[in-house]
Amino acid sequence: MNIVVCVKQVPDTATERKLRSDDKTLDRDAADGVINELDEYAVEEALKLKEAHGGEAAVTVLTMGPAKATETIRKALAMGADKAVHLTDDALHGSDALSTSYAMAQALGRIGFDLVVLGSESTDARTGVLAAMLAERLGVAQLTQAKKVEVSGTSIAVERVTEYGYDKVEATLPAVVSVVEKINEPRYPSFKGIMAAKKKPVETLSVADAGIAADQVGLAGAWSEVAEFAAAPPRGAGTIVKGDGDGGTKTADFLVTKKFI
Amino acid sequence: MDFTIPDDLAEFRKVVRRFVDNELLPHEDHVEEHDGLPEEVERSIKKKAVEIGLNAIGMPEEVGGAGLDVLGQVLVTEELFRALGGLAEVVPTAPSILLACDDAQRERFLLPCVTGDKQWCFALTEPDTGSDAAGIKTRAEHRDGSWVINGRKRFISHADSADFAIVFAVTHPDREKDRITAFLVERGTHGFAVGQTHKTMGHRGYRQAELVFDDCVVPAENVLGEPGHGFDIAHGGLSSGRVMTAARCLGPMARLIDEGVEWAKQRVQFGRPIADYQAIQFMLADCATDLQAARMLTYSAAWAADQGEAAKIVSAKASVAKLFASEALGRVADRVLQIFGGTGYMNETYVERAYRNARIERIWEGTSEIQRIIIARNLLKRGMFA
Ligand SMILES: Cc1cc2nc3c(=O)[nH]c(=O)nc-3n(C[C@H](O)[C@H](O)[C@H](O)COP(=O)(O)OP(=O)(O)OC[C@H]3O[C@@H](n4cnc5c(N)ncnc54)[C@H](O)[C@@H]3O)c2cc1C
Ligand SMILES: Cc1cc2nc3c(=O)[nH]c(=O)nc-3n(C[C@H](O)[C@H](O)[C@H](O)COP(=O)(O)OP(=O)(O)OC[C@H]3O[C@@H](n4cnc5c(N)ncnc54)[C@H](O)[C@@H]3O)c2cc1C
Repeated sequence: MNIVVCVKQVPDTATERKLRSDDKTLDRDAADGVINELDEYAVEEALKLKEAHGGEAAVTVLTMGPAKATETIRKALAMGADKAVHLTDDALHGSDALSTSYAMAQALGRIGFDLVVLGSESTDARTGVLAAMLAERLGVAQLTQAKKVEVSGTSIAVERVTEYGYDKVEATLPAVVSVVEKINEPRYPSFKGIMAAKKKPVETLSVADAGIAADQVGLAGAWSEVAEFAAAPPRGAGTIVKGDGDGGTKTADFLVTKKFI
Repeated sequence: MDFTIPDDLAEFRKVVRRFVDNELLPHEDHVEEHDGLPEEVERSIKKKAVEIGLNAIGMPEEVGGAGLDVLGQVLVTEELFRALGGLAEVVPTAPSILLACDDAQRERFLLPCVTGDKQWCFALTEPDTGSDAAGIKTRAEHRDGSWVINGRKRFISHADSADFAIVFAVTHPDREKDRITAFLVERGTHGFAVGQTHKTMGHRGYRQAELVFDDCVVPAENVLGEPGHGFDIAHGGLSSGRVMTAARCLGPMARLIDEGVEWAKQRVQFGRPIADYQAIQFMLADCATDLQAARMLTYSAAWAADQGEAAKIVSAKASVAKLFASEALGRVADRVLQIFGGTGYMNETYVERAYRNARIERIWEGTSEIQRIIIARNLLKRGMFA
């Protein structure tokens, strides 16, 4: 079984994140790059599926991102993934969700897969649409927001988290799955894993290598663009409501002026 | 001079930090209150530690250890001991002396320690002998192919929970040297009992007790190493033991400083954060200086050991690091407690706990005075060690 797990490098949520003033894209050099948190769960799930499969199974990491995203790739390899493909090219800079899904679908076509595993959302852009877009482009089943995944033979069954509980969804491989935090507890990389990761193969693909039309990705190919942005206003001092038995009313009045109620 | 930490170690250090934050720190209140952990928590910590390869970090890979060099062990130890000792000590370890095990002993004693399935304790100190370890009185006599041990040990860490004890006893009292033998004594051996558990100042959950030997018969196959050569195999690990004790002081110092800085910024008195007052700033600056110096001494002693510098030089450097780091920790804990004011005297704060825990570091693994003796002896014989 060929499992590909999509791993994104995102700016550390613990540091200050900002957009670039020139082209209004994320300033990826300004903050430390870390593995998108949910993608650790995706890697863990891929590894678990591989372990459960017993027979021939391999986990390949796919990352689209600048050169420094290799740190994140190593992290996923240290957890136990077998190899990686790094889709990297200046032409990809500024891609929106639609063009990202196009570029990644092209790369996935090159790699070949039975199952693609993603996190359900990134912490930087947070569109949460990539799994659905990829499935659509690849013409395979999409099973998103999974809190449990089971593969047996060529069939796959997931429990899909909903507002009211969960749905049981079944499909036939190949398929695209996105996972939520509830699904597992990601393992810590071991020292041996970190050492081994340095020797695992990482293939670099350019836009041309992956058969991606350069004019359909990057800032030029984006269907959506950031027109303007502003820093969130600093938090004010707050209002203290002194209650003489009428605290509730005063609080409610305040909320009305702020249009909360 | 290149002080760069190798990439893979830096990466592993991050993993250890996360392990400490997620698996150890949440249990600190429990261990402090109950002087121990629920069994299932202890088991889970051990299991995860083994999965990551945090167990027996200095043991060679052939026996299931991480095979880290001394610098690697220092970095991991430093991170681990950001947690209180009662938690950090739950991570399985194996003392290097167990590498003297023969094949049969390896299976019974060494390997289960590496995996955390067996707990060991190291029983040297006695009521009448501490620093002067060669003066121990516990006797082992050869009788009908076995050894009969009589005597009493005290202050023995993990004595009450250990599956076996590494016990030092005099076997050749008439000799000038090579008088002492190391034995592996299993719990349940006739004539071997745990005495009183000591009530101590700090490190809740990391307990010490007495061990009592009353005509305790131990078979010859439980002798560790050669009879009469117990100290030869113990001394092998002494320098690295001192470097690791220094490393154990770095974690708490770093955490104390983080907490001190944060507290000073947010505690307001006389209308200003106390961090604005130079009296507080100077205490923080002295703390940072102490930590930085302790780190450099510890890393450089580890580095000297890894480079294979002469054992005597490594020994002197290890003593310098242990002496300085343990005393620096005392100063840092004292200053940060002062910055916290009355809050720092309250048991629910890390500062109060760290302050109590810090005190032992100047006593075990050779007291500060013993370290000075080692350093001075080296200095007088060879001059300043480079
Ligand atoms: C602040 C900000 C706002 C943005 N707003 C928009 C917008 O409104 N519309 C728009 O079209 N684009 C937007 N983008 C662009 C967006 O970052 C990219 O299109 C992105 O590559 C895909 O979107 P996502 O990260 O939200 O994916 P999600 O769908 O949130 O991510 C789900 C999963 O997809 C996988 N994945 C995502 N990206 C990669 C990658 N590069 N490599 C490997 N795996 C990956 C991971 O498994 C991840 O967990 C924005 C970017 C930023 C930084
Ligand atoms: C919490 C804890 C855990 C311990 N765990 C273990 C364990 O697991 N196994 C074990 O075997 N032991 C253990 N010990 C014992 C520990 O190693 C000894 O306490 C230590 O070696 C000091 O010995 P002592 O307490 O007998 O002090 P002493 O040796 O009696 O020293 C008293 C004082 O005299 C000073 N002194 C001694 N000799 C000289 C000298 N020549 N010149 C100048 N000053 C000198 C000392 O520095 C000290 O200040 C533990 C102790 C504690 C408190």
